[in-house]
Amino acid sequence: MSEIKKIKNLKEFSTSADRFEGANLLCPGCAHSIIVREILNATNDDLILGSSTGCLEVCTAVYPYTSWDNSWIHIGFENSSTAIAGAEAMHKAKKRKGTLISDRDPKFVAFGGDGSTYDIGFQWISGCFERGHDMMYVCLDNEVYANTGGQRSSATPIGSSTVTTPAGSHSYGEKKDKKDMLSIMAAHNAPYVAQVAPNKWKDMIKKIQTGFATEGPVYINAMSACTTEWKFDPADTIAVSDLATDSLVFPLYEIINGTELNITYRPKNIVPVKDYLGAQGRFKHLFKPENAHVLDEWQKRTDAKWDLLQRREEARV
Amino acid sequence: MAKNENNGWNDFDIGALLFSFDKETKNIATTLQEDRPYSNSNSFTASVADWRVMKPVFNKEFCIDCQFCWIYCPDMSIISRDKKMIGIDMDHCKGCGICVEVCPTNPKSLLMYDEHLEDEEALIAAWPAKEEK
Ligand SMILES: Cc1ncc(C[n+]2csc(CCOP(=O)(O)OP(=O)(O)O)c2C)c(N)n1
Ligand code: SF4
Ligand code: SF4
Ligand code: SF4
Ligand SMILES: [Mg+2]
Repeated sequence: MSEIKKIKNLKEFSTSADRFEGANLLCPGCAHSIIVREILNATNDDLILGSSTGCLEVCTAVYPYTSWDNSWIHIGFENSSTAIAGAEAMHKAKKRKGTLISDRDPKFVAFGGDGSTYDIGFQWISGCFERGHDMMYVCLDNEVYANTGGQRSSATPIGSSTVTTPAGSHSYGEKKDKKDMLSIMAAHNAPYVAQVAPNKWKDMIKKIQTGFATEGPVYINAMSACTTEWKFDPADTIAVSDLATDSLVFPLYEIINGTELNITYRPKNIVPVKDYLGAQGRFKHLFKPENAHVLDEWQKRTDAKWDLLQRREEARV
Repeated sequence: MAKNENNGWNDFDIGALLFSFDKETKNIATTLQEDRPYSNSNSFTASVADWRVMKPVFNKEFCIDCQFCWIYCPDMSIISRDKKMIGIDMDHCKGCGICVEVCPTNPKSLLMYDEHLEDEEALIAAWPAKEEK
C-alpha cells in the first residue's frame, strides 16, 4: 500500500499543491469545493475521480474547461459510483494480466450530491458496496437538489422550506425526517463509513486517510453548507458549518465493519439547535409562533440521535 | 461525435475529452502551480475576477500564518508557500469573504473592500486599529 501523506498541522497541510482548480463556476462560498480540496489534498496518490450530475459536476466541467488535474469522468446523475467501480475493476484486471501502463496504484473516488446518493443513484451505490469495490464514495450532502433549483430530497430535514415543500400558511415545509444514510451504508457491512464536515478539517482528513488506507468500499457523508439553498451569506459558510457540528445536528462519527461506532467530535459547548436553524433562511418560518412545536421537535430528535450514537458507541453495536 | 458503426460491445464513443496539461505530468500532487504545464482547457487559465463586488485585501503586518484562510477558501485563491500566507490569487477569488471571517487576528489581516478601490497601499495605510474587547 502507498504511503500515507504526513499532515501534522495546518501549516504543514498548506504546503499541498491543489489538484482542483479555480475559475470553476460553483457559487462564491460553496462548501462542495472546500470538501473536494480537503479530500484531494489528503493524499499524494494518483486519483481516478468521477462525479454524478449536480453542482460539483456541472460547475467544474463547462466546455471548453475542466477544473480537474486528475482523470475525472462524468456520465449521468445516477452513476458516478458505477463509473468509478468500473475503472477500479479494470485496473484490478489489468494488474492481474500485467497490462497496466503504469505501476502506480491510484485511488478511486466517486462524488455525488444527496439527490444522487440518497435517492436516484442509490441502487447503483448499493451494488458497488455489495460487490466490494476498492473505492471511496463521497456524498456532498447539502440536503437539497441544488443544481436544479432547490427541490427536496430524502436528505432534506424536517421544517426546511424548498421549492417542492414550500413553507406557507398551510405548511411548515418538509414533513419527513432525513434518511439515515450512514446506517444504511454500514448495514452493507462496509469496512468504513464516516460523517465529516469541512469546518472540522483535522477530523475530516483523518477519516479520509483512514478511508484511503481501507481496502474495500468506503462511504463518506460530507456536510456541505449551501449558501444559495440554505440561504445564508457566502462569507458565513464556515460559521454555519460550526453551528451544525456544535449543535450536533451533524454529529461527527465513524462506523467500522458495520458495527464499531466511534464518535469523533464532542463539542465543548453544545449550542441549541435553534441557533443553527436561525442562521439560515430555509428555516426562517419556524420562528413564527405557530411553528414553535417544530423547533421543539428538532431539538428532541437531535438529542435522541446523539443519545443513540453514544449508546451504540458504548455497546459496540 | 459521429457514431462508429464498427464499434464492438466494449468500445464506446467519446463524448468530450479535455486535457488538463499540455505535457505529460508525473507527480502533479507535488508540483506547485507555477511549475505546471497548464493547458488552455484547464480552468486555471480562466478568470472569475469579474464576479467580484467586494474583494479581500491582505495586510501581512498582522498575519500569524495560521493558514485558516488557506484551508477554508473555496476557490484555491489563498497563496501559501513554505507555510507562509503570501497573497491572494485575484484571477480565481470570487470575493465570498470566508477568508476574512475565519481570520483570527486582531485587527484582521484580511478585510473586504469595494472591488473598484484600486489603491491597496492606501487601504493598508488606513487599516483599522486593534479592537479593544
Ligand atoms: C436521471 C436524471 N434525472 C434528473 C436530472 C436533473 N438533475 C441534474 S442535477 C440535479 C440535482 C442534483 O442534486 P444533488 O444530487 O443533491 O446535487 P447538488 O446539485 O445538490 O450538489 C437534477 C435533478 C438528471 N440530470 N438526470
Ligand atoms: S447552489 Fe449550493 S451547492 Fe450549488 S454551487 Fe451554489 S452553493 Fe454550491
Ligand atoms: S474572498 Fe473567498 S474566494 Fe476570495 S480569497 Fe477569500 S475565501 Fe478565497
Ligand atoms: S487567516 Fe489571517 S492570520 Fe491566518 S494566515 Fe490567513 S491572513 Fe494570516
Ligand atoms: Mg444536493
